[in-house]
Amino acid sequence: MYRYDEFDAAFVRERTEQFRYQVERRLKGELNEDQFKPFRLMNGLYLQLHAYMLRVAVPYGTLSAPQLSMLAHIARKYDKGYGHFTTRQNIQYNWPKLKDVPDILAELATVEMHAIQTSGNCIRNVTADHFAGAAADEIEDPRPVAEIVRQWSSLHPEFTFLPRKFKVAVSGSPHDRAALKFHDLAIEVVKNEASRVGYRITIGGGLGRTPYIGYVTGDFVEKPDLLSFLEAVLRVYNENGRRDNIYKARIKILAHSLGEAEMRERVLREFIEIKRAGTLQVPQEEQARIEAYFAPPEFEALQDTALPADGALGQWITSNVHKHRAPGYVLATISLKPIGGVPGDISHEQLDGVAALMEEFGYGEIRASHEQNLVLPHVKQSDLPAIFARLEALGLATPNAGLISDIICCPGLDYCDLANARSIPVAQKIATRFADGKRQHDIGELKIKISGCINACGHHHAGHIGILGVDKKGVEFYQLQLGGSAAEDASIGDIMGPGFAEDEIVDAVERVVDLYVTLRRPGERFLDTYRRIGMEPFKNIAYQEQLHAAH
Amino acid sequence: MAQKLTANRLIDGVVLYWRAGGWTESFAEGEVLPTEEAAQAALAAARESVPRNEVVGVYLFDLTGAQPLKEREIIRALGPTIRPDLGKQAAR
Repeated sequence: MYRYDEFDAAFVRERTEQFRYQVERRLKGELNEDQFKPFRLMNGLYLQLHAYMLRVAVPYGTLSAPQLSMLAHIARKYDKGYGHFTTRQNIQYNWPKLKDVPDILAELATVEMHAIQTSGNCIRNVTADHFAGAAADEIEDPRPVAEIVRQWSSLHPEFTFLPRKFKVAVSGSPHDRAALKFHDLAIEVVKNEASRVGYRITIGGGLGRTPYIGYVTGDFVEKPDLLSFLEAVLRVYNENGRRDNIYKARIKILAHSLGEAEMRERVLREFIEIKRAGTLQVPQEEQARIEAYFAPPEFEALQDTALPADGALGQWITSNVHKHRAPGYVLATISLKPIGGVPGDISHEQLDGVAALMEEFGYGEIRASHEQNLVLPHVKQSDLPAIFARLEALGLATPNAGLISDIICCPGLDYCDLANARSIPVAQKIATRFADGKRQHDIGELKIKISGCINACGHHHAGHIGILGVDKKGVEFYQLQLGGSAAEDASIGDIMGPGFAEDEIVDAVERVVDLYVTLRRPGERFLDTYRRIGMEPFKNIAYQEQLHAAH
Repeated sequence: MAQKLTANRLIDGVVLYWRAGGWTESFAEGEVLPTEEAAQAALAAARESVPRNEVVGVYLFDLTGAQPLKEREIIRALGPTIRPDLGKQAAR
């Protein structure tokens, strides 16, 4: 785990005290809302439908047990007993009082946490592959890179007021678990022909009202040149990005209007200039210092064993346990998608329970995933029965990771000031419809993603089945999209057609899924079958009831 | 169309409704503004709460009968539909 140095600690402490002063001035009336709003957003504080909402950063999705315990404490003391893990690996509290927020930030700072870079037109909190440092297919742990980017981008004077927000993701594996191609900028650890490790840089991806898949601008960036290359990309964006239209201000619009060749040319020109100045290289000793913080725990010399495959434990292992780089160890996903529950929500008792579990079985470390689950990155295979029993007691042993009920879902109109429709109830109903574990496992990998508005916090464009809630004359409707993927085979889902009413959408999804089960070839996921046969059969079956009604 | 007037309390974010020159936490107690003239007069009066640092985000919304017209305002008046133990509905 990264530990704050004296600069980090002083910086977070100063920011907390600055915000305390800003809140005091706001409450006294020395600042009006227009003056105060940029300050609160820079500290992750939004005003939502029911109350304020505080978004706390979880850099690269990594948390220690004391940090998880602190999140439980905040939920208990200052909020309503729970938190919500988001699709950017952060955690949100839905009910904090403005007057308490400085105290919350001060308490978070005691465990090296904060809410900086979780809002505003800056380089946002960097996300990472949630299997980083443990995945069997990983070239190199990408989190040191994420930490370097964090240090470089925090308060960067040139990039604090970008045309729009800028989201960065990192991964060290060929299998993309971090939705790289849907980020403003993605850093992928790769090897070149000489087996030297460097970075592939992708830019211009994004979701929202104008979804784009990113493209590669740096095929192989040498390690010491990383920040120079990023600075070149950011400089091109900062100088050329649209500031006149909020809907066209993200780098994806610039990148795709300029085109790949022109964008590469401009970035390269800036990169050469920055290299010529020679001041922006990551010193090797600093890189080594940061990498040392992310060194894996000292694994015992173990052998892989046959894991239980029967009963409830076997079902959980089949879906929620993943191959680890060290023999005798596994990664274990803690699903935050109980059937009928709110995706991503976790109570303070559960947070404390997981923290204890981490201390006992997980080297004190856990990851938040962009899929709104938690992941124990290093557990012994022999500990799985004990871990499962503890998770069952906590109500966190749902065996559905990667299955149809493991739904990504934004807060929607139940909480969000921007939403047009509710998304959580739709997720709950779909999960309940497909609750049967045998049926879920038979359906196999199927990623449903739901957003309550076009801003796409629920990543609906990238769902194998995506659902977008819309408001049609005051009534909630739900559009279906099929064929999206956030993985290395990234694609944007195709819109099926007119939306379904709230009481129709679950039936429509079920008809689509049942058709897949009928038509799939051996080994085909839903996505594979869709790509093979296209929209038409699914569209016909989804609208079947309406067609019957029309006749 | 009749309207009501809402805002959030500055210090804690709680949703408030305008009632006879002041604010109440209860949607039911909020004043029904039957005409556009009444609504604009209430809005002008309510906006004076803003520089007094009592509220933020003052706005009018439409009613149908005694209830909000839009789902958004129904949820705001009650709380999250998926957590009846939270929001104003929890106090019932």
